[in-house]
Amino acid sequence: MSATVKDNDRLLLTVFVILVLAGPIVLAPIGASYPDLLQRFAIYGVFAIGFNILFGLTGYLSFGHAAFLGVGSYAAVWMFKLLNYNVIPALVLAVVVSAVFALVIGYVSLRRSGIYFSILTLAFAQMMYNLAYSVLTPITNGETGLQVYTDDPQWLQTAGSPTTTNLFGIRMNEVFWKPEFLGFEAQFNYGYYFAAVFLILAFYIALRIFRSPFGMMLRAVKSNQNRMGYTGLNPRPYTLAAFVISGMYAGLAGGLLACMDPLAGAERMQWTASGEVVLMTILGGAGTLLGPVLGAGFIKYLEAIFSKVNETVLQDWFSFMPDWMGDALSFVISPFVGEGWHLTLGALFMAIVIFLPGGLIDGARQLGRWIGGGFGGGDRKPAHSPVPAE
Amino acid sequence: MDAIILQLLNGLDKGSAYALIALGLSLIFGTLGVVNFAHGALFMIGAFCAVTLNKLFSLSTVTIDPTKKDFLGNPLQVKTPYLESWFGDFGAGLMDWSVPLSILFSIPIMLAIGFVMERGLIKHFYKRPHADQILVTFGLAIVLQEIVKAFYGANPISTPAPDLLKGSLDFGIILGFDPNAVIYPAWRFVYFLFAAVIIGGVFAFLQFTTFGMVVRAGMADRETVGLLGINIDRRFTIMFGLAAAVAGMAGVMYAPINSPNYHMGMDFLVLSFVVVVVGGMGSLTGAVAAGFLLGILESFASMNEVKSFFQSIMLPSIDQIIIYLVAVIILLTRPRGLMGRKGVMED
Repeated sequence: MSATVKDNDRLLLTVFVILVLAGPIVLAPIGASYPDLLQRFAIYGVFAIGFNILFGLTGYLSFGHAAFLGVGSYAAVWMFKLLNYNVIPALVLAVVVSAVFALVIGYVSLRRSGIYFSILTLAFAQMMYNLAYSVLTPITNGETGLQVYTDDPQWLQTAGSPTTTNLFGIRMNEVFWKPEFLGFEAQFNYGYYFAAVFLILAFYIALRIFRSPFGMMLRAVKSNQNRMGYTGLNPRPYTLAAFVISGMYAGLAGGLLACMDPLAGAERMQWTASGEVVLMTILGGAGTLLGPVLGAGFIKYLEAIFSKVNETVLQDWFSFMPDWMGDALSFVISPFVGEGWHLTLGALFMAIVIFLPGGLIDGARQLGRWIGGGFGGGDRKPAHSPVPAE
Repeated sequence: MDAIILQLLNGLDKGSAYALIALGLSLIFGTLGVVNFAHGALFMIGAFCAVTLNKLFSLSTVTIDPTKKDFLGNPLQVKTPYLESWFGDFGAGLMDWSVPLSILFSIPIMLAIGFVMERGLIKHFYKRPHADQILVTFGLAIVLQEIVKAFYGANPISTPAPDLLKGSLDFGIILGFDPNAVIYPAWRFVYFLFAAVIIGGVFAFLQFTTFGMVVRAGMADRETVGLLGINIDRRFTIMFGLAAAVAGMAGVMYAPINSPNYHMGMDFLVLSFVVVVVGGMGSLTGAVAAGFLLGILESFASMNEVKSFFQSIMLPSIDQIIIYLVAVIILLTRPRGLMGRKGVMED
């Protein structure tokens, strides 16, 4: 039995790595193969995987994870300001600082569970947002946002080294290959592959956590804390560890965001951002391995598509229809696109929670079982179920 | 002394808003066991009821007066509101008093929204995990907020108080200090009185009516009340409507203090949650007391003397975060909040 689980995991990991590395080609047909969007897929994938370690395994719903993302970004930009544009120290500091914040916030918040915990994390995130936005302006540059100026010290900056974010000279924003693929343009850039390495690493660590005894403990916290207490185990250290790990993931994601574009602003810490990562995770499927990555990609893709569409684009789409029909359709759709993207996000949020609480992965599994059942397969499990049923 | 009284008064109006929202949150939580993340959106919708009535009242006919010119040199457009042309001075008075009148206008709207929300959406979530309830009301809050944004735009819309209450009260004379020592805007004082009346009304309703008695019994033990043949669900639905109406009225009256914008609800919601947690989940008195307490604390923290003290220990503008700090300290020392009872939300 354990051998099959291991084989399945190896298969899953291999498929994941291949898909991520081939990202620019795979995503070219849907018009998503440009560096900015690809990087966001990878970075928010890391963020959502980390959030899933806390929410998916322990069931603790944090509403303040964007705070760690913001902290990571600020830490990274400070490294750019103080040392030079090399991304390695920036990421290290981002992860360390966010871990410290997560430890403190987690220690306080985890004294309560359930709704209390959600509210506490939300309050902490809002406090951090206020701190970043106004109180700690000397550190965060307040409303303007933190960025690198020419008069910053940059002690390690030498005359020859690049003036954009780089990994020992490899520039993050450089597109190194731009092939045509089946008539679609695909763009390969270093930034995406740098983030992709971290995405794969994050996925691998999450996989190991899911399969480890530590992961079992976290699941025990979710299913019955009382019983866990009666067995003589204290759930607090396990949940705190999960909280800190997911905070570090968020800090890494924030640091990566700053690596792609050396800016940090308080709006990254707002409650909408925290809500977004919750949505990514439940959309894909909380507690599943692939779900969060899928959800992150889905949301970021929709965001990119929806916010680009405006009145003229809509009219262009419906130009083949009779005028009255096109007008009617664009009247119905226009509140949801462009500026109204958040309306779509909210509606999607509700729809997923109401109709598909298990997320896309669960939906696909149900569909698979339903089709399998239709062909007389009985309750046979799908042959290549990559994710064990919860 | 006068400075302290001034800060106390300053804290009251924000504290009143916190207390009213937190009261509604606690009511919903105590009866239905649901944490309503959309409660801030109800507050915001209330404020926009005031905006809507104000706009409706000021619908005008435009006539062009060719004898006068405006500053661009074009013929002057004279706007005559319909109300004024129909009712004369009485119409003008109606326009002036549009915000207080919006209370009457908002009650049916908020009750209807409350009923629809509870029957249409939240009813289906009683048996689902708390996380799902939080998530679905959170999604609803975003949707409501974005709908309001689509209709009214993203900018704050100023909604003036009646002329009579626009001025300020001189508490210096009333309380026997020097004149001009304690100047306080009249409308804010009205807001505090209004909140006190509403809070008193809700408590009296729960304490002295049969309906309130049944609701209190239902909060204590829902199942037994149901076994006695009382339709407790319907009463809880009505309580949800009531909580929505309280939030809406709080929003209506807040419109002149802070021009309504589409995200005001969420700004208040986070703080109101902190208030509820500090007061103790499920305790109505705790919610109200904590609301006023934190409001007053916030206003004291914004005093210049306090600020400069905290500035000296590297914490400038302490007023932005004081509420959260206090909440953390209280939760570390009294995990159930100030007036929380044992057994509420312990899972």
